[in-house]
Amino acid sequence: MSAAAGAPREWPDRVALRFALNGRAVDAWAAPHDTLLAVLRDTLGATEVKYGCGEGVCGTCTVLLDGAPINACLTLGVHAQGRTITTVRGLAAAAGAPGTAAGDMHPLQRAFVAHEAAQCGFCTPGMLLTAYALLADHPHPTRAEIRTALGGNLCRCTGYTRIVDAVEACVRARQGGDRA
Amino acid sequence: MIPEPRADGLSPAAYRVVGRALPRFDVADKVRGATQYAADWQMPGMLVGRILRSIYPCARIRRLDVARARALPGVAVVLTARDLPRSGVEEDPTGAGLLRFTTPILADGVVRYQGEPVAIVAAASDASARAALAAIEVEYEPLPGVHDAEAAARRGAERVHEGRDNVFVHWKLRRGDVETGFRGAAAVVERTYRTQRVDHAYLEPEAGVAWVDADGVITVRASSQVIEHFRALAEILGLPHNRVRVIAPFLGGGFGGKEDMTVEPYVAALAWATGRPVRMVWGRDESLLARPKRHAFVMRYKTGAARDGSLLAQEISLLADAGPYPLLSPRVLFAALVVGCGPYRVPHVRIDARAVFTNNVPASAMRGFGAMQMTFAYEAQMDLIAHALGMPPAAIRERNFLRKGDRLPTGEAAGTYVALPELLRRAQDALGERSRPSGPTARVGRGIACNMQPYGRTVWFQDRASAWLGLEADGSLVIRAGVPDLGGGQAASLAQIAAEVLGVSVERIRVHVGDSALTPLAGGTFATRQLYMSGNAALRCARELRAEIAPVAAALLEAAEADLEFADDHVGVAGAPDRRVSLARVVAECSRRGVPVSRLSAFQGERSAPPDLDTGQGRTFPDYTYGCHAAEVEVDTETGETRLLKYAACHDVGRAINPQSVAGQIQGGAAMGIGQALGEEIALEAGVNLTTLFANYLMPTAPDLPDIQAIVLESGEGRGPFGARGIGEPPTGPPLATIAAAVADATGVRPLELPITPERVFRALAGRAGTKEGR
Repeated sequence: MSAAAGAPREWPDRVALRFALNGRAVDAWAAPHDTLLAVLRDTLGATEVKYGCGEGVCGTCTVLLDGAPINACLTLGVHAQGRTITTVRGLAAAAGAPGTAAGDMHPLQRAFVAHEAAQCGFCTPGMLLTAYALLADHPHPTRAEIRTALGGNLCRCTGYTRIVDAVEACVRARQGGDRA
Repeated sequence: MIPEPRADGLSPAAYRVVGRALPRFDVADKVRGATQYAADWQMPGMLVGRILRSIYPCARIRRLDVARARALPGVAVVLTARDLPRSGVEEDPTGAGLLRFTTPILADGVVRYQGEPVAIVAAASDASARAALAAIEVEYEPLPGVHDAEAAARRGAERVHEGRDNVFVHWKLRRGDVETGFRGAAAVVERTYRTQRVDHAYLEPEAGVAWVDADGVITVRASSQVIEHFRALAEILGLPHNRVRVIAPFLGGGFGGKEDMTVEPYVAALAWATGRPVRMVWGRDESLLARPKRHAFVMRYKTGAARDGSLLAQEISLLADAGPYPLLSPRVLFAALVVGCGPYRVPHVRIDARAVFTNNVPASAMRGFGAMQMTFAYEAQMDLIAHALGMPPAAIRERNFLRKGDRLPTGEAAGTYVALPELLRRAQDALGERSRPSGPTARVGRGIACNMQPYGRTVWFQDRASAWLGLEADGSLVIRAGVPDLGGGQAASLAQIAAEVLGVSVERIRVHVGDSALTPLAGGTFATRQLYMSGNAALRCARELRAEIAPVAAALLEAAEADLEFADDHVGVAGAPDRRVSLARVVAECSRRGVPVSRLSAFQGERSAPPDLDTGQGRTFPDYTYGCHAAEVEVDTETGETRLLKYAACHDVGRAINPQSVAGQIQGGAAMGIGQALGEEIALEAGVNLTTLFANYLMPTAPDLPDIQAIVLESGEGRGPFGARGIGEPPTGPPLATIAAAVADATGVRPLELPITPERVFRALAGRAGTKEGR
């Protein structure tokens, strides 16, 4: 049997969603039980948000919901209604620095490159967003506090040392800036 | 002492690009979220592929009816084994003519492990695909199956495959006469060690998209370590080999788990059957349930040493649980056999390494590939022998370390410098002052472990890699190499090598990797072989290209070829900074003169026949990477919990092409070994997997680990480019033994079984289980 366009509507009860994705208003139809991860990846093409486990353990799908890190795999798409979602692609703009262009990098991203805090890079979008949220709330964390904050984001490549190095380098750079 | 570097007669200081911690181009893409991984690929009209998997570990399929599923709306196709031209490819998994086996792609009449694929569907949506799976009618006749490897290996055991012995590979190594060795020994230690089944747990689950391209070529873009699987795919679909193409985009981790095929045959078959693009992404539950794991090993060791600590004899019996199909087990077991004694001189050796079929989840390649499990056993034996003789653990190792030129148990010589004395010293020193226990029930302990891990394939596979380099008119460089990049910097390292030779700045190099149609084949990314093989191919290619264009540059500059310097996107004359021309200018002149500015080169690894099958004597691996790790732990004697306080990992990498990437491999490899030492386990009960969630498959999180100090030594003596050794797998092995030794030092009880869970430590301390036997 053909899987043509005439296939029956499987989800007759779709909801019209509107929310801000990386600073721009987006519209999407979603079933009430669609996860935010599915809405972002499959409907909106935001494939920088990754599926890692679907059970809220690995943190690979982390996005910021009104600035707070959440697992998009455990959040319903309808939960984003009228709110703001930030993915790693919106990180540079989220820094709020005047004149930040879309292609620019947030200092955390630059630190991840300088310290080679990513290898395969699959955990990296989620890791960056969690680190960003940490520094937004706690500008001067210790290494131990950084490790604790990243506890919900698994990385299988780096052993975490470099990731902590990169986040700490950002903290130090900022402290240097504070003193100046 | 580390010898003076010898590669090229250049000292490291003479390199311009090699040895620098340059930022990797792929990391810049990854932090922006720009990298298109396998599951991120979208195509118009793309269908969703899904697999119906066996719910039983062992069962006969009495009836398989897909008619109802096929009739569902949105379902494009449902395929079973009978719908494929060939549901499997006959292979010799030993590569030595010892075994022929066809591993099924889809089960035909019988399932042999839980999660084995039974049927596949392609449908318009994920919901339709899932509905189709639910509508497939399967009537199983469950069978008890074979689940205990040791029982399966006994004579008269129930067979996994009719007409085949459960023990399907038995490698032997015989050197000297162990009885003679044991008779002369002042101390003999005999123990049995057990390592568990673990999962690769890359964050990117198995994924891929397949389509029939405009020219009719079945194209598979999948997270794969081996683009050469296009050949097997063609066999399965009954197509000429050149009608199937495999593209490996940047992987979200591989670690050996994407060395055997994962989604490739299924998406390829679904695209072939429907003519439409099909995407398949496995759930984490599928990955943990059914993907091949690291082998569980049972290792019996008997070690004898003289009063001065010199090892005299080593007798080893190794049994590995392979699950129901051979996959890469024969090669895993062979690697284990070769390094069974570790990096030590032993005159009398007897090793038997066997793999056995069971109805457990299959086991195959995982980072460390059999060699790493052995570290747990041989290093524990070293500690126990040292204890029996009243020697410190470091002293007995120093007494027995291999040196360059010494014979390995295979009879071949250790061909390159062995830096172990220095590695040991550096690793131990790195721990600094001993920590004080954090409370009255806490005990602090330290351990060390050394290892050797091969890099490159066994020589009878006659390994080969090729690379293509071409200069563009603007002086930029293109590299094409069929190398899948797993995240270890495989692509970026090729750019760094080419930049060194041709003087093109790395920012002006574009690297195309991992496409069986458009990049020259390089062999897969496994066996710690890509820097060694493709690095050598790229180096050779760059040198040949340089030799091609050098006369043209020399003519332009009116200088001798020997005085030319290729650097900073220019060719210049040594000692005359103002005499230089841009590479673009050289390329233009080459075009005018008809001199080619591109080149394809290949590197051929060492070729040799398999070793003697009765004695294991002969040539085996190209070379080894040596290492030493040191750890400090704190064990809470009240709860049995082990906390890792400090960790140092030291390896001789020959030459660090990119020291930052090298250190990253060491840190990450060590973390993976630490996870296996302290917590990870794929737990089965009669073949039923109890750990199909990350919620109960426990790998290290950031707060679980201390900073891992990576210490990089460069002897300049490796067989890779510029004297490099491979470093992908070597760091995974030592943590097993290092942490076990530290726990033994803290508690007086030697862990013989992994993982070292609080429960095991607690029980051992309470004397209810385990063996109280000193360190």
